[in-house]
Amino acid sequence: MITGAGVADVLRSMAISHVVTVPDGTIGRWENDIERAGIRLVRVCREGEAWTIAGGLYLGGAAPLVLIQCTGLFESGDALRNTLHEWKLPIYAMIGYRSYLNQDNLPGDTSLVFTEPILAAWRLDVHFIKDSGQLGEIAEHYRACQAASKPGVALIAEGRS
Amino acid sequence: MIALADALTPVRNARRDDDVVVTTMAAAKVWMDLGPAHPLDMVFVPSCMGHATSYGLGIALAQPGRRVIVCNGDGSMLMSLGSLVTIASQSPPNLVVIIMDNGVYEVTGAQPLPARPDFAALARATGIASVHCFGDAAEWAGAMERVLAQRGPTVVVLDVEPVPGRPAPKSPGSASERAAALKRALAG
Repeated sequence: MITGAGVADVLRSMAISHVVTVPDGTIGRWENDIERAGIRLVRVCREGEAWTIAGGLYLGGAAPLVLIQCTGLFESGDALRNTLHEWKLPIYAMIGYRSYLNQDNLPGDTSLVFTEPILAAWRLDVHFIKDSGQLGEIAEHYRACQAASKPGVALIAEGRS
Repeated sequence: MIALADALTPVRNARRDDDVVVTTMAAAKVWMDLGPAHPLDMVFVPSCMGHATSYGLGIALAQPGRRVIVCNGDGSMLMSLGSLVTIASQSPPNLVVIIMDNGVYEVTGAQPLPARPDFAALARATGIASVHCFGDAAEWAGAMERVLAQRGPTVVVLDVEPVPGRPAPKSPGSASERAAALKRALAG
């Protein structure tokens, strides 16, 4: 199980300054640990805001990260398109993949149908995280994306409590 | 009512050299028409409509020592009304949002907005305390420096005259190159 403390350690190792987020039942539980790590949470009303606030933070010299659920990815397409592909800002995101490990709550969840094709359609460099043992890979992936000045996504499998 | 050029000219005149100014939609067009670009201008063209306020918030949070002025449209504001709540919750004292309230989507042919809400009341309802309205150009020009000097976040609603047929703003160049230049200027 991925814990908030584990995520906070990784974000601190990445020198993330701000996490711009809309919570879900998995990623929302990490908020306290992220704040305790000294990282500023920017809670937004809708996921599209997250990409553009992160864009402004990046332009201003901060090191933001977007933390949203895949449903928020679906909602925020135009903001993502403009920020990542027109202004070409190398924003990194952690995106919760709803129901991937367990469909008990939402049998037939169409998040499983659309998440990966939509990430591919947006031409994002995705690294799939299926268990806590892979958390360190997020920092490696983030650094590789930053070095290449390109956006990236850590896709976080959700569904196991 | 205020002509859009008369709404923006005082901002250009009073803009400090370290202020960031974000413009979008018709305001971006008129801003570019009024004079040369400043290194800390963000002409938000091409845009994702509704997100100028969010870019402004991000820059304001990252650069608390600079004033960030966002010249937004009313249609853009409606498209991301929640961003006012986010701004209120983060409460950056250095952020100013000026809403050009003309009741129409001007750059697409001046079609009416779905409604013309009281933006000042909406801003106050989010908890933003510094909220101001002007419908006269001379009054706005006279009060602007005092309004912008207040502790923010500040929201200014200007009753602006629509100009059907005004051309849409054109991108003044590669967005990615302008982003890199703005990032360098903000680091300076």
